[in-house]
Amino acid sequence: MYKVKVYVTLRESVLDPQGTAVKKSLDTMGYPNVQDVRIGKYMELTLEKTERKIEEVVEEMCERLLSNPVIEDYRYEIEESVVL
Amino acid sequence: MRFAVIVFPGSNCDVDMYHAAKDELGEEAEYVWHDSTSLEDFDAVLLPGGFSFGDYLRTGAIARFSPIMNEVVKAAEAGKPVLGVCNGFQVLLEAGLLPGAMRRNESLKFICRPVQLKVKNNETMFTSSYQKDEVIQIPIAHGEGNYYCDEQTLANLKANNQIVFTYDGTNPNGSIEDIAGIINAQGNVLGMMPHPERAVDPLLGGADGLKLFKSIVKQWRETHAVKA
Repeated sequence: MYKVKVYVTLRESVLDPQGTAVKKSLDTMGYPNVQDVRIGKYMELTLEKTERKIEEVVEEMCERLLSNPVIEDYRYEIEESVVL
Repeated sequence: MRFAVIVFPGSNCDVDMYHAAKDELGEEAEYVWHDSTSLEDFDAVLLPGGFSFGDYLRTGAIARFSPIMNEVVKAAEAGKPVLGVCNGFQVLLEAGLLPGAMRRNESLKFICRPVQLKVKNNETMFTSSYQKDEVIQIPIAHGEGNYYCDEQTLANLKANNQIVFTYDGTNPNGSIEDIAGIINAQGNVLGMMPHPERAVDPLLGGADGLKLFKSIVKQWRETHAVKA
């Protein structure tokens, strides 16, 4: 089994209205040193092993559904877990 | 002319779309559930607004993989008129039938009010009954209508005259170039955030949206009269 952690964020070039609002709020709360806030999504997937390479499968899922490549970037971490 | 109104779980403007086609235009209309696998009997496809699949993950992201979407792609490739309004527009973007993507409104608020639109391109099968640069009033109701595309895509949209509607005066959501609606290069797939189906009768507060639906029928009749 695999545990996959997927992080999706808006691309650097795309303005993040939520992040901007949170940055402004942090600023008024007394954290003027916050330079940037980007809000994204975090997903945990549990996958069974198949014949296909896990990286290939995860990337395909990220490209097709989990992120929208037009405005979002993704990265992922794969952990192999031992089934007892 | 036969209109298909696609219904996803969470669609909520399907009844208005149906009403526009059936009652206002007097054409045939039918609801088509998202897991149907044929649109062959239809001449035009309407993707209504709402919150398909609860807007989970991203607006339109899950609906885009509904079985019916393969048929919507086929209909689009066959040159049939495909209109996506609000969530329908978002689904068309996710499906790649139109370029770009939606972001949250700049204000982060859901905005529901009438807005002024400018008809930038009246030479489409959806807008031929309007004048060029005609200003019309159509309601919007969305939280994610902040249209985005990269510079190259924007340049292409402009070069091909694919920007069909822009917000006139105040831009409610922060969309790039005040874009409210775009069409594909082929000219038969239109996506727009404002709701023309909510403006088809003075009783609803305005009838400026009716010409859009009438344009579709007009074009269809003209092409089919030639063939007949």
